[in-house]
Amino acid sequence: MPAATNTLETVRSVTEGGYRWGFETAIEQELIPKGLDEAVIRLISAKKEEPAWLLEWRLKAFRAWQSMEEPRWAAVRYPPIDYQNLHYYAAPKQKTRPKSLDEVDPELLRTYEKLGIPLREQEQLAGVAVDAVFDSVSVATTFKEKLAEAGVIFCSFSEAVREHPDLVRRWLGTVVPPSDNYFAALNSAVFSDGSFVFVPKGVRCPMELSTYFRINARNTGQFERTLIVAEEGSYVSYLEGCTAPQRDENQLHAAVVELVALDEATIKYSTVQNWYPGDAKGRGGIYNFVTKRGACRGAKSKISWTQVETGSAITWKYPSCILQGEGSVGEFYSVAITNNRQQADTGTKMIHIGPRTRSTIVSKGISAGEGQNTYRGLVRILPKAQHARNFTQCDSLLIGDRCGAHTVPYIESRNPTARVEHEATTSRIAEDQLFYCRQRGMTEEEAVGLIVNGFAREVLKELPMEFAVEAQKLLAISLEGSVG
Amino acid sequence: MLKIEGLKVSVEGKEVLRGIDLEVPAGEVHAIMGPNGSGKSTLGYVLAGREGYEVTAGSVTFRGRDLLAMEPEERAAAGLFLAFQYPVELPGVGNANFLRQALNAVRRARGEAELDAVQFLKLVRGKVKALGMTEEMLKRAVNVGYSGGEKKRNEILQMAILEPAFCILDETDSGLDIDALKIVAEGVNALRSSDRGMLVITHYQRLLDYIVPDRVHVLLAGRIVQSGGPELARALEAKGYGELQAAA
Repeated sequence: MPAATNTLETVRSVTEGGYRWGFETAIEQELIPKGLDEAVIRLISAKKEEPAWLLEWRLKAFRAWQSMEEPRWAAVRYPPIDYQNLHYYAAPKQKTRPKSLDEVDPELLRTYEKLGIPLREQEQLAGVAVDAVFDSVSVATTFKEKLAEAGVIFCSFSEAVREHPDLVRRWLGTVVPPSDNYFAALNSAVFSDGSFVFVPKGVRCPMELSTYFRINARNTGQFERTLIVAEEGSYVSYLEGCTAPQRDENQLHAAVVELVALDEATIKYSTVQNWYPGDAKGRGGIYNFVTKRGACRGAKSKISWTQVETGSAITWKYPSCILQGEGSVGEFYSVAITNNRQQADTGTKMIHIGPRTRSTIVSKGISAGEGQNTYRGLVRILPKAQHARNFTQCDSLLIGDRCGAHTVPYIESRNPTARVEHEATTSRIAEDQLFYCRQRGMTEEEAVGLIVNGFAREVLKELPMEFAVEAQKLLAISLEGSVG
Repeated sequence: MLKIEGLKVSVEGKEVLRGIDLEVPAGEVHAIMGPNGSGKSTLGYVLAGREGYEVTAGSVTFRGRDLLAMEPEERAAAGLFLAFQYPVELPGVGNANFLRQALNAVRRARGEAELDAVQFLKLVRGKVKALGMTEEMLKRAVNVGYSGGEKKRNEILQMAILEPAFCILDETDSGLDIDALKIVAEGVNALRSSDRGMLVITHYQRLLDYIVPDRVHVLLAGRIVQSGGPELARALEAKGYGELQAAA
């Protein structure tokens, strides 16, 4: 059919779209020499003026990492990473720790403005507090005082180590142990900053919290660590965004996120991941190797992950829920786009331990260009999880004939009262859908953007309203050039 | 407004339209009648620019421009609208969102300001009511789970909002009961004006009782074999296409 061929041609050309966040900030950097050994870890720890226990914790993780092997089971391909050829710490040069935004390098403020994240509170979206992490350090956190009035702690990880050492020590590594996996161990050894959130008993966090991660420095790994603890009956919604300059070489990003929800607490964690994806030929881009896990420790607690993954050359991440408390709830809503040569192996793990635990998984994979998109998900029901329930829905949308979509569900049930459902579909954007939209005046690109957003709607509606519109635009932009 | 001359069209090597000449001036409603397989829908699709139809001869001029050289969205921007016989489903795409995006695309092309959500809702509410639709339908995904009648009404709603210069209605009456047919016809009649042309494609005369055409053309095996006034439609209803088919 000539019609089908034409659609494919159109789709092929969408892939040449530009990455709009690819600029570099010219700023004086403090960079420690390349390479990784115990001395480097001691240096990072010293720079951050950390207590001895944390240094020990890092060193233990490093020793574990040295004995581990890089995982090879994911459906992604990349050349071996030379871990000695990376910088493990990069920070904008600053004489003292800035006490207010007035002391922050204006170049940094401009960078965030350019990214659409003004850090001056009066210029911000009302109701969103931001922690801005630039390479290895947090440069600013807004609305801290207002949050403190409600009893909520929201600060950079480094500050949390200084100001709230007992809380950090109590919860750090309790969800993702330092030797959990290769990348988590590496992160535990060298993590430099990230965000810390603590919501005390009975408090509903009065605003959205968000962290904006920016990789700027060349040949530098970014290893941030986020820890969120929600005490009994509390609620918090948190969003992270990520971008990086456009570079020809690959860059490693290995983060760890730990969430703890006690009795009847709810944590809503949203991600809009837009790291540089590499160019149309597959040069450059971020390796996004991330461990995210939430523990529903308390009865009727709830953890909900929502992710919109449009960036990165390679994505390897499985935000998971350990459903321990009776009647606790885990959710995973995901949209992952792979365009050009991007590869994504992403999904979730729902571990049902407690009785009457429930989980929902909705995964929407969109592949264009030569992108490869794999959903990999585990639903495990343990013997004591009486009447546990899971519902999984995996939908794949293919644009063009050179991409791939793969669904790899693992289901293990050791309790006969449990109910597990899995639905999967694969579809293409139909020629008649495109024609219908074009007959109504839309360009082919607008039509693809609209149809893809429709496909992803169930997930997008889970995002906090402030970010949903941005995410919709991002989906359309990520597919620019995949039709022509 | 629309001038078709010597138009021949093939689909997968087979000639479906075998030389069509037709002119629809502004302000007139023309009906194309014909049995199944006569090329009626092909004519609609070719005018709207659907891929897969090969024009082998002839020309189409629309408001002074070479229609066949334009992309489908350019034709829409120039004011050509096709109400589909089988409206297409767009899962997850909200009807209101779709309508607004379409309207703003057309407005941009015309050099008019885009409407924001509030202005748009104001505009759409009145039209929804006039077509016997509910606002709830605006929230549903485009054509997903709609009944046949709802789909057709939704096409007319789009037409009412986009206010195109020229409307092609492809078997808009199929699948409608008599009440729905009346509502749809009222919607169409409300759009009749001295600066708008319409081409109503239908198998049956029934629709033409409610949308009374200025001219009726009979399409048989890819050719217009007879043209006349509204009385031609009634004559056809009485006698059927058989006699004409035998003559052709």
